[in-house]
Amino acid sequence: MQSTSRSFKQNAHHALQDATLQRALGNIKTGFQEKRRQVIAALPEFEALRDAGRDIKNHTLANLDFYLERFEERVTEAGGVVHWCRTPAEARQTILEICRRRNARTVTKGKSMIAEEIGLNEFLEANAIEPVETDLGEYIIQLRHEPPSHIIAPAIHVTREQIADDFRRHHSDLDPNRRLEEPRDFTDEARAKLRDRYFQADVGITGANFLIAETGSTVIVTNEGNGDMTQLLGKAHVVVASLEKVVPTLDDAATILRLLARSATGQEMSVYTTFSTGPRRPGDLDGPEEFHVVLLDNGRSAMLGTEFQEMLRCIRCAACMNHCPVYAAVGGHAYGWVYPGPMGAVLTPSLIGVEEAGHLPNASTFCGRCESVCPMRIPLPKMMRHYRTREYERGLAPGTVRAGLSLWSFLATRPSLYRFVTGMAAWTLGALGRRAGRFKSLPMAGGWTGVRDLPAPEGRTFHTLWAERQGAERRGSGGTGR
Amino acid sequence: MSSARDQILGSIRKSLGRGALEGEDAARLHRRLATPSRNLIPDRTAGLDRDGLARQLVGKLGEAACSVDEVASMAEVPGRIAAWLQRENLPARLVQAPALANGLDWSKAPTMEVKTGTADGSEDTSVTPVFAAVAETGTLMLLSDAPTPTGLNFLPENHVAVVRRSQVVGPLEDAWSKLRAARAEAGAAAAGAGMPRTVNLITGPSRTGDIEQRIQMGAHGPRRLHVIVVDD
Repeated sequence: MQSTSRSFKQNAHHALQDATLQRALGNIKTGFQEKRRQVIAALPEFEALRDAGRDIKNHTLANLDFYLERFEERVTEAGGVVHWCRTPAEARQTILEICRRRNARTVTKGKSMIAEEIGLNEFLEANAIEPVETDLGEYIIQLRHEPPSHIIAPAIHVTREQIADDFRRHHSDLDPNRRLEEPRDFTDEARAKLRDRYFQADVGITGANFLIAETGSTVIVTNEGNGDMTQLLGKAHVVVASLEKVVPTLDDAATILRLLARSATGQEMSVYTTFSTGPRRPGDLDGPEEFHVVLLDNGRSAMLGTEFQEMLRCIRCAACMNHCPVYAAVGGHAYGWVYPGPMGAVLTPSLIGVEEAGHLPNASTFCGRCESVCPMRIPLPKMMRHYRTREYERGLAPGTVRAGLSLWSFLATRPSLYRFVTGMAAWTLGALGRRAGRFKSLPMAGGWTGVRDLPAPEGRTFHTLWAERQGAERRGSGGTGR
Repeated sequence: MSSARDQILGSIRKSLGRGALEGEDAARLHRRLATPSRNLIPDRTAGLDRDGLARQLVGKLGEAACSVDEVASMAEVPGRIAAWLQRENLPARLVQAPALANGLDWSKAPTMEVKTGTADGSEDTSVTPVFAAVAETGTLMLLSDAPTPTGLNFLPENHVAVVRRSQVVGPLEDAWSKLRAARAEAGAAAAGAGMPRTVNLITGPSRTGDIEQRIQMGAHGPRRLHVIVVDD
């Protein structure tokens, strides 16, 4: 997928002006946030499970080569094949060859962020193979020729009026005057349309939430059952997964499963958690004849041992974006690539480079909610600060930012000068703004005053006030000091 | 040995600042895989007896939007299924898992049209056994095998699962232990370290929230999941 992360600022500006998008984004708070809060309140061990989940992933990452080799051995024993791919191009080519060997015309797809990362749909189409997305949200955005805007709710930016238009346009064999109003109407129509496609498909492609080294199993977690139909009815099951998805044992997966659905949709368990191991067995009445795991690196092995290693603990629950004020304001498309929100702000520059995606770590208020809700305790704000530092060191920050930071650091390392200058500034602004109490515009502060007024300072700096208060306390007359 | 494989493993080792694990380091990890140990398990089902586990399961199944029927013996199951289909205004025909062919006596529900095998998409209702039921979260564990084909769990609009009380476990880890024990006993260790092709953990009927985050049942899989808990 071609990134537009460079134009994050313009993307965000357009998103804020888009009334339809703003209406769609309004559902996040009552949906994801509230449900997560309730389900976590019902599990006293949740905080301790976060520690356990973090420890499992840390252990796995420290021994990643070992567990991947064991995983491959088990897959092979079960009659499957692991394909190691360094780059998106290698992964696409591997999948194409599997499809060609089966003379595939149609492939069904369960939801996979790795398939988005490698741009699989466009590539298959260019090679005369039709990819059919079967997750309802993915199906909607495929009809709209859009990328997902959220990692677990890909069509969260679309309203039902828009979906009604899309369905009428694409399902032109149906009665044009049929009712498309209630969510039920859309679900039923998509269910009927996609039923036939499952049976037509030559190959079924799914992602993976986990790979299990103990058993060689791949695991998908869904609510719709589309990923299950995809792998059940395709003649070959192809799993695309990045290498950090591996965990050692079924028991380790059980621990992380307790965190995943609660953090994602506020469920104790998603409806379907499916462990797939090899192709169908002799005597089985259904199931795929082939089983392939396309294992993608794409820069992840190079993140190990760096300050971004902890990002590889991410289980893609989307809690960080569901609680992010920036995501809630601009939605997922503004981030310009596959992964939006705080996890995307860290992962995107790691995968496609800080030159391409250096803006994203700036798309943060540093409120810290992402880290506080992350089930794997990933220090997202700290890593965004690392990227800001890199952006500055590489000279990628704009001239005004660099000049401003230089001026500030000059002053901040000279305390008496700093106090004098800030004192003068506070006094001057206080005097100028006394009457109105606010400024409608100020030189060099257009970025702020362009969209809102700047409250006028009251005339003294924090330093001055603090010194006065300390003095008062020492004299024993301060009533509130503790 | 592909070169991509070697390069990826090499890159991981370079980043971690070491070579391939050997000796005691590798042996320790092999032991961790061969004798899996449990991590923190929520207290929720600790100390529950058979009745307690069954009660917990029934409560959680309800929270997951399943309907539940409790019966005293397998002999009652066909009649109860027939009654449920009638109550839900569903056709009196179904497909049952081969595993149930000898266990369910349909002669007590003579109007029922019953076939045995997997589903092909034309059936309204399936009836399957389960391998285990996890009381912690109301989750059913179903395994693929010739007598229990996976298609039955997904293709029909209505899924009836028959759970015996003796199959109810507390946490998910107990279901894994039960699976490992069963596969070791069957001597099936050759394929996938004893795993069947598919292990389904199912918690309620299929649903989606993709239309404006409003939950709808029956996205692709069953619209209704009816669980019959049998006292054995």
